[in-house]
Amino acid sequence: MRRIPVLLAALAALAALAALAAVPAAAGAQASPKPQTITLVTHDSFAVSKDVLGAFTKRTGITVKILQVGDAGQVVNQAILTKDNPLGDVLFGVDNTFLSRAVDEGIFEQYRSPALDGVPAALQLDPKNRVTPIDYGDVCINYDKQWFADRKLKLPRTLADLTKPTYKGALVVEDPSTSSPGLAFLLATVQEFGPDGWQQYWKQLVDNDVQVVDGWEQAYYEAFSGGGQGGKRPLVVSYASSPAAAVVFADPPISTSPIGTMTQSCFRQVEFAGILKGTEHRAAARQLVDFMLSEQFQGDVPLQMFVYPVVEGTTLPKVFTQNADAAESPYEMSPTRIGKQRDAWIREWTGIVLR
Amino acid sequence: MTRPPRARAATYGTRGSRVAAGIAIAIPCAFIAVFFAYPVASILGRGLAPNGALDLDPLRRVFTDPTQRGVVWFTVWQAALSTLLTLVLALPGAYVLARLRFPGRSLVRALVTIPFVMPTVLVASAFLALGVPRSLGAILLAHVFFNYAVVVRVVGELWRHLDPQEEDAARMLGASRLRVFREITLPALRPGIVAAATITFLFCFTSFGVILFLGGPTRSTIETEIYRQTTRFLDLPLAAALSIVQLAAVIALLWLVGRFQRGASVPRRLRAAREVEHRPRSIADRVLLVTNLTVMATLLALPLGELVVRSLTPPSGPGFGYYRALGTVRAGSTLFVAPLDAVGNSLRFAVVATVIAVTVGGLAAWAGVRTRSRWLEGALALPLGISAVTLGFGFLIALDEPPLDLRGSQWLVPLAQALVAMPFVVLLTAPVLRAIDPRMRDAATMLGASPARVRRAVDLPIAARALFVAAAFAFAISLGEFGATTFVARPDTPTIPIVVYRLLGQPGDVSFGAAMAASCILMLLVALAVLAGDRVRAGRLGEF
Repeated sequence: MRRIPVLLAALAALAALAALAAVPAAAGAQASPKPQTITLVTHDSFAVSKDVLGAFTKRTGITVKILQVGDAGQVVNQAILTKDNPLGDVLFGVDNTFLSRAVDEGIFEQYRSPALDGVPAALQLDPKNRVTPIDYGDVCINYDKQWFADRKLKLPRTLADLTKPTYKGALVVEDPSTSSPGLAFLLATVQEFGPDGWQQYWKQLVDNDVQVVDGWEQAYYEAFSGGGQGGKRPLVVSYASSPAAAVVFADPPISTSPIGTMTQSCFRQVEFAGILKGTEHRAAARQLVDFMLSEQFQGDVPLQMFVYPVVEGTTLPKVFTQNADAAESPYEMSPTRIGKQRDAWIREWTGIVLR
Repeated sequence: MTRPPRARAATYGTRGSRVAAGIAIAIPCAFIAVFFAYPVASILGRGLAPNGALDLDPLRRVFTDPTQRGVVWFTVWQAALSTLLTLVLALPGAYVLARLRFPGRSLVRALVTIPFVMPTVLVASAFLALGVPRSLGAILLAHVFFNYAVVVRVVGELWRHLDPQEEDAARMLGASRLRVFREITLPALRPGIVAAATITFLFCFTSFGVILFLGGPTRSTIETEIYRQTTRFLDLPLAAALSIVQLAAVIALLWLVGRFQRGASVPRRLRAAREVEHRPRSIADRVLLVTNLTVMATLLALPLGELVVRSLTPPSGPGFGYYRALGTVRAGSTLFVAPLDAVGNSLRFAVVATVIAVTVGGLAAWAGVRTRSRWLEGALALPLGISAVTLGFGFLIALDEPPLDLRGSQWLVPLAQALVAMPFVVLLTAPVLRAIDPRMRDAATMLGASPARVRRAVDLPIAARALFVAAAFAFAISLGEFGATTFVARPDTPTIPIVVYRLLGQPGDVSFGAAMAASCILMLLVALAVLAGDRVRAGRLGEF
C-alpha cells in the first residue's frame, strides 16, 4: 500500500504541471508596468462590445481586466469587505438602492469626470462625486399583449389598478430581499402610497393573489405568460427595456414586441461607477470612467446591458425607440432615504406578504 | 454468523512507511487548513468580532428570534426527510445497478449520475413545466433527483463487490430473503449506506437553489438565509452566527457518523463485480428491475428529457436552432463566450479540480485507513457543510496577501470545486480500502509473494480502481459545480453552468433556449465522463 502515496505524489506533480500549463498565472499580468492593466470589478450582467473596449485599449494602452462577482448586491458587499485591500481599480454596477451604503463605507475616492457635464442633474445622485452615473434602467411592470387581446381586457395603467378584481391572479413579483427589481418595485409602491400607506396596498395585492418568486428569472420565464416558457400570469415586474430585448432575442425573428410596459409603474435605477480607494492606477482608472461616459460606450450600453445611456443626446438603437416605451415620470427616491429605510421596509414587507 | 476477524493493526512499521504516512496526513491537513479553515475562520471572525472584541449576541439572536429559529428547524427536518426519501427510493436502484446484469446497464448507470450535476435553476424549471407546483413536495422530489446518484454510486460500489457467499449460505440454511437482507446484506452495506446518507443529508442541509426556486420565498434554510443576510443586508454578524450554527450541526453529525461507523466496517471478502452480478433470474429480481427502471425513468429521466426535447424544439421549427444560437447570441460582446471555449474552460477547470481532489482526498483516505482514525475523513467532509457564500467571502478576505493572493486568480475556481469534490473521493475510496480483507494479503504472502508484491498485487489495483471511480465522480461534480464557482471573484473564463446563468439573466426565447442547449451539452459531457470512467476501469485495470 506504500505505493499509493507515491502514485498520489506523482499525481500531485502532474497536477501542478497541468495547472501551470492550463492556468496562466494571474500574477504575471500585473507584474509588467507597461502597457498598463487595470481591473474593473463588476456584476455578472456587465457587458460591452469587444470592439468598443478594444478601441479604448488601443487608444490608451490600458488593458481592462474584467472581474465579475455575482449580482449587484454581492459586488457592493464584497467591495465593502475588501476595502482595505481592494479587488480592483474601478467598480461598476452599484445602483441607487445600494449607493448610500457604498459611499458611507468610504470605498470610493472622489473624481469628477469632465464628461459629467452631459449628464442630466437628476441622475447625478452623489453631490460629492464619489460615484459617476453611467446608465439607468426603469423597473416596470410588463404585460403580455396577446393575453390581454385574447380576453379583450383593458390594460392596467396605475399601480392602484393592480388591486382590482379584474387582475386577480395576474401579477408576479420578485422577493425584494433576494432580487433587485423586486426591491425597486417595493420602493415604487412606497413612493406611490407613502410610508404609511404601502402596507395596505400590499395587503390588497396579496388578497388579489399576487405571486412572489425569488428572482427575475423565475418571474419572467416560469410565471410570466409573455416569457414564452408556459407561464400563466400576464403581468410581471421586469424592465422598460424588456420589450426591446424580447425582439432582439426572438426566435424566429419578429419586428413587434409581444410584450409591453406599464409606463406609470416604473422605478428608476441608476447605475454608477466609482474609483476604488487604494488604487495604484489612478490616472488609468480615471480614463476608464471618462471612457464609460464617452459617446462610444454610451451608445453601446442599450444593446449590451439593456439599459439607457445617461449622457443626453446619445442615439438609441431603433429596436429601443420602437419597442421600449420610456417611463412616464418614473418613481425616484433619494439614495440616503433608501439606505436608511431599505432593510426595515424589506422586513416589514416580508411580514405582510410572506408570513 | 461469526464476524470476520478485525484487521490487525497493519503489518507496516518501518520508518519509511511511517514517514510516508506522515506526509500523507500532512498534505490534506495543510490543504484544509489553508483553503478551508483559515478563510472560514477569517470571515466568521469578521462577523462575530468586528472590532476585535467577541460579541456573541448574534448567536443568541439565532435561537431567540422566532424567524431564525424556524429557519434552523426547517433546515434540519427537510434535510432529514429528503435523506430518508432518497434512501428509500435509491437503495433498490443501487441493488439493481450493482447486482443485476441487463442490456444497457452501464448507460443507465451513467445516466443516473447526470442529475447530480445539473444546474438547479433549469431543473427547477423542468419540474415546474412538468406540473409540479412550488411546494415542500417539490423540494423533496428535487432533493431525491439530485442525490439519487450519491446512493447508487456510494452504496452500489460496495454492493457490486460484496461476496454473496454468506447470503447464499444463509438462504440455503433456510433463512428468508428478508432475513438475509436484514441480517447479512444490510450490516455489510452499512458503511456505504451511512456514508451516502451523510452526503445526501449534507447536500440537503445546505441546499440553496432548490429551496429558492422550488420552495418559493416563504421557505428558507440556513443556507438561503446566510445568502440573504450577507449579500443583501450585509448583516455579517447574523450571517456568521448562522454559519457557526450550520458548521456546529455538521461537525456534530460527522462526529456521530464517525462513532457509528467505527466498528461498523469490518474487512469483507470483496469479489469481482462480474462474479457477483447475475441476470435477473427470479420473479423478485425481474419485478425489482422493472420497478426501479420505472422509478428512474419518471424521477430522473423525465425532467432531463423535458429539457432535451425543449432544447430541440424552438418555435422556428425542430432542430438545432438553440444550439446554433449558443454560438451567435451576444457575439461581439464581452459577455459572449463561444460554446467550445466554455466547454474548454469547464473541462480544464474540472481536470485541475479532479487532480487536486483525488490527490488530497486519496492521501487522506489512505492515511485515515492506515492510522485507523476517522477524523481526517470528517475534516475533509466539512466543506460540504458550509455555505458557499461564507466560503467565497472568506476566500476574499483571507487569501488576499502574498504569498497567497488568489483573488482574481484562475486557481480559485478549481480550488473551490476541489473542496466540494474531495469528500466524495474520501467517501468512495476509504470504505473500499478499509474493506480489503487482510486474509487476501495473508494468502498472497503464504503463496510466496514478497511484501512489495503483495502491495502491488492486492492493494494497488483495489485502491487504483476506487480512485478511478472517485475521479470520474469528482470530475462530473466539478463540471456542473455552480454554487462555489459563482461566489469567488473570477476572471472571464466562464464555465458552462455560468454561461447557463448568464443566458437566463436576459429576456427572450433564444436566451432561454440557448441556456437549455448549454445544459444539454453539460449533460452529454457528464454522461461521457462517467461512461469513460466506467470503461477505463473495466478495461485497463481489471476488476478484483
